[in-house]
Amino acid sequence: MTTNSESWLRFVAKPAVFVACLVPFGLLVKGALDGDLGANPLEHVTHATGDWTLRLLLVTLAMTPLRQLTGSTAWIRLRRMLGLFTFFYATLHFLIWIWLDQELVWGNMVADIAKRPYVTVGFAAWLLLVPLAATSTRGMMRRLGRRWKSLHRAVYAVGVLGVLHYLWLVKADLLEPLIYAGILALLLAVRWRPHLLRLPVRPGRTINVR
Amino acid sequence: MLIKKPSDIKASQITDRAAYEQRRTFLKAAALAGVGAITSGPAAALVKPAGKGEAVSGIKDSGIGADLTPTEYEHVTGYNNFYEFGTGKSDPARNAHTLHTRPWTVVVDGECEVPGEIGIEDLLKSYTQEERIYRLRCVEAWSMVVPWVGFPLGDLLQRFKPTSQAKYVAFETLVDTEQMPGQKRAVLEWPYREGLRMDEAMHPLTLLATGLYGELLPNQNGAPLRLVVPWKYGFKSIKSIVRISFSRQIPETTWWKYAPKEYGFYSNVNPDVDHPRWSQARERYIGEGLFASKHPTLMFNGYGDQVASLYSGMDLRKFF
Repeated sequence: MTTNSESWLRFVAKPAVFVACLVPFGLLVKGALDGDLGANPLEHVTHATGDWTLRLLLVTLAMTPLRQLTGSTAWIRLRRMLGLFTFFYATLHFLIWIWLDQELVWGNMVADIAKRPYVTVGFAAWLLLVPLAATSTRGMMRRLGRRWKSLHRAVYAVGVLGVLHYLWLVKADLLEPLIYAGILALLLAVRWRPHLLRLPVRPGRTINVR
Repeated sequence: MLIKKPSDIKASQITDRAAYEQRRTFLKAAALAGVGAITSGPAAALVKPAGKGEAVSGIKDSGIGADLTPTEYEHVTGYNNFYEFGTGKSDPARNAHTLHTRPWTVVVDGECEVPGEIGIEDLLKSYTQEERIYRLRCVEAWSMVVPWVGFPLGDLLQRFKPTSQAKYVAFETLVDTEQMPGQKRAVLEWPYREGLRMDEAMHPLTLLATGLYGELLPNQNGAPLRLVVPWKYGFKSIKSIVRISFSRQIPETTWWKYAPKEYGFYSNVNPDVDHPRWSQARERYIGEGLFASKHPTLMFNGYGDQVASLYSGMDLRKFF
């Protein structure tokens, strides 16, 4: 990578992505301060944080195929930040549920997680994200070595659980969750079948999961 | 139920016959006036019209729900479930302008002596329009308070002389993909259908609404004519009605048919019977802030004194 593109990545692309990822959060904070979150503010913030979790998860999962499509490793340099923002919105979503929806009644939460499948899978997805966020540093990557890769494959399960969470909670209109499911299926499929996108198959690295 | 033996009842507990009869008269009058109110209040007690639509003239103040504070007009008309115009809550307000509500005819048929049709103008003229402020509890665990304008459904049904075979009343919404673009997708089976048992339909609380906030119904709220059954979940209160049929058999209704384990035919508001995917014990009031607490849901949405007797002896867990 040339020095030029390195500084472009460091001083333009990364800060821009960082700010962009904070925009949905900023809008929610502004809406909350202005009392302008619509007729059902809790529903609004719950849906918004859930939607952004799924969107950012899919964007994160798109980085590896994009590298393969373009041959540029710059995408991979953005991946950790995107993954951590996914965790940020997932945690907001979870905290909103704990604090504002369940109103800190722990017994009800445990019961809900146990008996309502969409809550069960949503909670499981968040739980799986925790070790991924915790091991996202360079130091942890080094320490875990090959195991880091295996551990971070759990993000595929998070994707599946996240989409199921959405599919199982809607009343009748499955269109939106099915769109997320379709994109997820495509992003997973190209990892196992790179020729689906006519991706160049690299010698010795047919499956690239990084 | 506790059945007392005559020896258990003290003489002082026996109601004097005169008082008893007086009470019957009172109850009858209350029922006639639409439950709860015997006298019409002054017109000044009506909810202030929104100033957004065509006013309904000569609205009578029923006094029903005078103790409730209506939800803000912008929320009542901006936060709606009306899948015929899209499945998002703000879709109906954005899309329902394509609905033509004049002319509008309702067909009444089935088990009745004089089946026929009636136009919306006729309905507005023939029946005294009264204001009633009701709680509206959605099956999604939110609720609002709506100042409806309308008249008792029973008054209309009697005009068509239902026969003794009429055990149920079925309702249908308009089907027209041009006017209702949401119907281009089969999210639900169109037409939207709902139904009531005959005694529920004839109950004085059951309203056919023609307006809200003193004005004709906005399209997104089910113009020009919708049902309002305040003790049932909101989806029972079918919108933009074009057909009413008396039937012997229990009618198939949209959500019940779509997911019979989640939505029952009765769908009475009941904090003790959860939706399989969420609790119905508490509800969020529309218009309250992000940090407001939920409120306990009331049995029959708070109308139990008037309607609980319709279901006496029924297992409400089974007939949810």
